[in-house]
Amino acid sequence: MRKAESSMDVIKVDKLVKKFGDFTANDHLSFQVKKGEIFGFLGANGAGKTTAIKILCGLSAPTEGRVEVAGFDVEHQTEKVKKSIGYMSQKFSLYEDLTVFENIRLFGAIYGLSAGLIRERSERMLKNLGLYEQRNRLIGNLSLGWKQKLAFSVAILHRPQIVFLDEPTSGVDPVTRRQFWELIYQAAAEGITVFITTHYLDEAEYCDRVTIMADGKIEALETPRKLKKQFDCETMNEVFLKLTRPH
Amino acid sequence: MKQLWVFIKKESKHIFRDSRTLGVLFLMPLAQILIFGYVISTEIKDARIGVYNKANDYTSHQVTERLISSGYFKVVAYFSNKAEMETSLRRGNIQMAVVFPGDFGNLMQSSDGAPLQLVADASEANTAQMLVNYAQGIVNRYGWEKTGDIDQTTLPIQIDVRMFYNPSLKGVFMSVPGIMAMILILVSAMMTSISITREKEFGSMEVLLISPLKPWQIIVGKVAPYVLLSFVNAATILLVGILIFEVPMNGSWLLLGFINLIYILLSLSLGIFISTVANSQMVAMFISLFALMLPTILLSGFIYPIENMPDPLQWLSLLMPPRWYIQSVKDVMFKGAGFFVVWKELLIMISFLSAFMILSVKNFKIRLE
Amino acid sequence: MVSVTNLTKTYGSVNALNGVNVQVKESELFGVIGPDGAGKSTLFRIILSLLLPDSGEVEVWGFDPVKDYRKIRQMVGYMPGKFSLYEDLSVEENLGFFATVFGTTIKENYHLIKDIYQQIEPFKTRPAGKLSGGMKQKLALSCALIHKPKLLVLDEPTTGVDAVSRSEFWEMLQKLKKQGITILVSTPYMDEASLCDRVALIQKGKILDVAAPSEVVAGFDGKLFGVSGGNMYHLINACKSFEGVESVFPFGEELHLTFKDRDDHSEALMEFLRGKGFDKLNIRLIRPNIEDRFMSLMSSESFHE
Repeated sequence: MRKAESSMDVIKVDKLVKKFGDFTANDHLSFQVKKGEIFGFLGANGAGKTTAIKILCGLSAPTEGRVEVAGFDVEHQTEKVKKSIGYMSQKFSLYEDLTVFENIRLFGAIYGLSAGLIRERSERMLKNLGLYEQRNRLIGNLSLGWKQKLAFSVAILHRPQIVFLDEPTSGVDPVTRRQFWELIYQAAAEGITVFITTHYLDEAEYCDRVTIMADGKIEALETPRKLKKQFDCETMNEVFLKLTRPH
Repeated sequence: MKQLWVFIKKESKHIFRDSRTLGVLFLMPLAQILIFGYVISTEIKDARIGVYNKANDYTSHQVTERLISSGYFKVVAYFSNKAEMETSLRRGNIQMAVVFPGDFGNLMQSSDGAPLQLVADASEANTAQMLVNYAQGIVNRYGWEKTGDIDQTTLPIQIDVRMFYNPSLKGVFMSVPGIMAMILILVSAMMTSISITREKEFGSMEVLLISPLKPWQIIVGKVAPYVLLSFVNAATILLVGILIFEVPMNGSWLLLGFINLIYILLSLSLGIFISTVANSQMVAMFISLFALMLPTILLSGFIYPIENMPDPLQWLSLLMPPRWYIQSVKDVMFKGAGFFVVWKELLIMISFLSAFMILSVKNFKIRLE
Repeated sequence: MVSVTNLTKTYGSVNALNGVNVQVKESELFGVIGPDGAGKSTLFRIILSLLLPDSGEVEVWGFDPVKDYRKIRQMVGYMPGKFSLYEDLSVEENLGFFATVFGTTIKENYHLIKDIYQQIEPFKTRPAGKLSGGMKQKLALSCALIHKPKLLVLDEPTTGVDAVSRSEFWEMLQKLKKQGITILVSTPYMDEASLCDRVALIQKGKILDVAAPSEVVAGFDGKLFGVSGGNMYHLINACKSFEGVESVFPFGEELHLTFKDRDDHSEALMEFLRGKGFDKLNIRLIRPNIEDRFMSLMSSESFHE
């Protein structure tokens, strides 16, 4: 029974508390994320998003509460958690002075893929992206949009159960952003859970469910459609402002 | 003028609020001089030597006696053959062996002089060099005394050493001006170039350029706090040198201060010049390290004596500002030289200073490219 | 008051600006909208005299940024893209420093920044590096305003800042505009375009359009449809496989879709999709927004990769 349950919820957070001295960054967070779900994680700067993501990725230990990612306890089975997740952030994605293929090989090897598997998967991935001809170009010579799309594909090369995306689409042109989202949809359709933070609130509407954090607490957790209905708003932007703006 | 003043104030705040860097700035010179001083001053006391005396005559015994009575050496072994001596050296039982040829005393009277061999354990190169230097000095003095050669023009004892003669290792105080040259150029050039490139990296330089501040105001504002800081550093090294290592100070403090001021300004202008060609803190640091630090250590006469360098390097050393600084500081401190002895060095440094200042202001970009 | 004609700028082989024409009027809130690398910062820096153009004319209140750069620098306030305050100086020290450097005092122009600065004044002894993103932004704006510039140039002031601070920031800009300051602001967020008086859409060094936001949207020709229902990924692929579909872009819960002849073929599409097994379908005619317009301009210039 337990097995079946854990295969449904790939992230289980139960009363997570994280304190830094007197400051409570995460105040009793509880939520579950299903397999193949696109889960938006929103909040104002300093609301505690980054802290929570660090805990989910096993980079920081919770002060209280229980967090399970891919069926493993993040505090005690950190190594196993790390093998089951992929991560991509806007700040660092790929090494600029390595070629496309060298980057893929590096990150594939870091996640323990065999050389044969790396070659096979990277070929399929690059052809899917339409980047195969460019595989020997330096990353630094690619446009930002390509870099981000490639970085995402590299982050899921080892078929993780969950991929964490930290503001992946900042500064990218709108067409490329759509292409990026198509990649996310594709990954989700293949069963990879996508956990994403973004400052583009219109992007929140692309998610299956959205949490909005404020002052270390979860203020809302629903589908974008229901949230808009509940707060009687046209857009997620208005919902967000209603929830997080100091009254 | 008020703009310049707030700029200097702002710059000083950057320095004083970064307590870690500040700590390094003040502790580094202290650590450097203590390390140099300690290494140099303690090694040469009761050094273990062995004697292989093929002559066994009065003269050779007297030379041995001289070596022992100097206090630097302690004879721990006498050998009767070469193999014994080599074993002892190899095992590290002795640090140096003195080999007297047969008929040493008589040979000394001949016109060619007597050959004396010093075999040092060169695995510790610095120590070996120093041991050989000391022994050489003692043996030569003995030779001149015996032959009555007051002018010291001949060498009655021909010492056979295959190591470089290295007069700068004679004592700890000789290295104080060198350490000062190094620390000052490091602090001044590196810190100013980094602090200017930091503003470029950060984006604040764009706002400064947009502002009515003139290039010279930005430069002077950047440099002023470091003049003070470098002066404190120079004073620290001097005090430690004089109080702990008994470095002689025979000249005028005022003149010494003036020489230091010129050298500090020179180093600062070098730093500014570096910042006009470097666009990131890292590049600035590497240029400072490789273009300033290494030449200061290698080519200024700080560690390797200039007169032993091949000619091209000697010419190159003429272009090293630290060379002139070390020379003039040595003259003032050790020889008590006055202005009229060191004016040439000062003039050279001032020329360097003006050249770099002009280059920096000219090179300072009023735009981003 | 700012006039840019046929401006070109290249870095090596990269065309940062390619024949840019822009006119900014006095007391206007003018937005330059485009993704990273479109040339927004380069354009601003040339106007500010920080970069030299390769060719073309630039005039700022009649002054040439190449020859009269001192004049221009005296009348502009600038907030660069990177956070340009001194993190180790306090809020108050930062403001005081920039006031003095620009030859004025906080007292003299306090009225200008009062509304903005009051919000961060309680933290005036705190080092700027320890402020939140929104507060840093307010401080940077105060510093750029303190010498009462005629032209305020803000390079991506809202990038990486959360939605709350962003909307507050735009409210501040509206107030400043009313005081007669001309504002030139860039942003990668398309939804911010509607907050400007006029916008220039820029992509790869080329201006796609310059107009009021409503006019930009009105320029969208043909019909735009919203399609929803079923799994997004499969729906996108299905729509793309329908002959006659020109573009399909995910837009939140819906897909935005156009047909090649820009006409209405929704019935046929509906049938096609039903045949593919989509049952809870909803196709409706929708009003395009700035982003739709931007994307259609991009594809007509065949920009996207």
